[in-house]
Amino acid sequence: MNPSLPFFVLATLSVFSALMVVLSRKPVHSVLYLIFCFFTIGGHYLLLNAQFLFAVHIIVYAGAIMVLFLFTLMFINMNKELEPHKSNLLKGAATIAAGCLLLVLVAITKGAETLPAISKSSDIGTVSNLGKALYGQYLLPFELISILLLTAMVGAVMLGKKDVE
Amino acid sequence: MEFFVIKLVLVLIVFLVSLGVAAYSTYAERKIAAFLQDRIGPDRAGPFGLLQPLADGLKMFMKEEIIPTHADKFLFILGPCIMMMTASMTGVIIPWGHGLEINGSFYPVQITDINIGILYVFGVVSIGVYGIMIGGWASNNKYSLMGAIRASSQMISYELAMGMAIIALIMTTGTLSVREIVEQQHGIHWNIFTQPLGVILFIVCAFAECNRTPFDLPECETELVGGYHTEYSSMKLGFYLFAEYINMFISAAIISSLYFGGYNFPFIDQLGLSPNMLSMLGTIIFFGKIFFFIFFFMWVRWTIPRFRYDQLMHLGWRIMIPLAIVNILGTGVYVLFKNGQLHF
Repeated sequence: MNPSLPFFVLATLSVFSALMVVLSRKPVHSVLYLIFCFFTIGGHYLLLNAQFLFAVHIIVYAGAIMVLFLFTLMFINMNKELEPHKSNLLKGAATIAAGCLLLVLVAITKGAETLPAISKSSDIGTVSNLGKALYGQYLLPFELISILLLTAMVGAVMLGKKDVE
Repeated sequence: MEFFVIKLVLVLIVFLVSLGVAAYSTYAERKIAAFLQDRIGPDRAGPFGLLQPLADGLKMFMKEEIIPTHADKFLFILGPCIMMMTASMTGVIIPWGHGLEINGSFYPVQITDINIGILYVFGVVSIGVYGIMIGGWASNNKYSLMGAIRASSQMISYELAMGMAIIALIMTTGTLSVREIVEQQHGIHWNIFTQPLGVILFIVCAFAECNRTPFDLPECETELVGGYHTEYSSMKLGFYLFAEYINMFISAAIISSLYFGGYNFPFIDQLGLSPNMLSMLGTIIFFGKIFFFIFFFMWVRWTIPRFRYDQLMHLGWRIMIPLAIVNILGTGVYVLFKNGQLHF
């Protein structure tokens, strides 16, 4: 069996589901395709031996954030397909903006193909190794991110409050 | 090759045992309900009504299958499928016994021991909510939708507290692998003694995750007809109800292996039996613990009435989560103290 076969199967599924997110008519279907897309990306993490990242990715994105998305969607349009139709100018602008983003994303990988693979060892993505890296080498950025998240949370609560004295 | 055959057989056994236990849980539930309400309960089908689950299953299969005209047909069918799939997936990482030694090679009674064991359970549980949400939405019925929305908000709220209860447990055990956690509780060194608050938090959250009374608001029949499965009939309804019983079995297994020693029991070293005998005895005792917790689930169901929805949210966010955070802090102090790193 070709060793890169799982990768290609997963990649095809990811691209397909990502396209279906955009192309589906019903918003709920889009969300479900997005969840499927997260699963295929989780599969890529597994191929890279990052089990912990896989589990967290599924729990946080597929299990929590997308539930909230679906939750909101179910509240907003109960089955009615009242998608507002945007003008052609907006559609064109959106296409150009997305194209620019794609260009940037592809451009940053330029030169990466010549880099040597860092480590092929199977335990690189285990919890203990990741924990040692996060709480040792990258302690400061890690703690800063937690402050950033806390700030965002407080901000969201402030915005969500109806009357601020 | 041999490896795959053994694992396949194990998977099959675990799956069939889950189904069997779940089927007889429905019988036990009715008998216990009858006992608590001073009735006799099912006693027509077979001796003591023991064939009742089969009769129920047959009835479910024979019923007419209705898919509402305005339902999203694919998602309507997908809902119960996801429910059953996620319910039967979690049994994979539970160590059912220490293992058997046959002809010098050791066979652990566990399908797989991944080093992110507990997180795997969490992942699967968090996917399970989609079964309810998709089913409720696809039914195209207000009551179903309300039930689905209640279910999802309840599950998100209690998943947080459950995760934090587990974090405290991981801090004392130092591993995510369920097998290692069970091995550490050899004899009577059960985690309930180091995590008394964590046990209570975890069990309450397990009740909420299984949608069992007093947390069964998603199918609150006094307000929502039947909740998320209002529009379901035939075996699709059967799968929803059955998945609840499988979830209950798996939760009982997880509670007993994380906090109550799993297949360990007191005086395990003093008995002087051969390792294989001890292992088998351990599995029997593990199932004893599981059955006790299933009974506990039912006992609570027929004793405590259902919450009101705001009470449920209040309990989840204002009591469970702060308690879980306090538990994490306390555990941190305990771990430092135990390792002698705390200086006054």
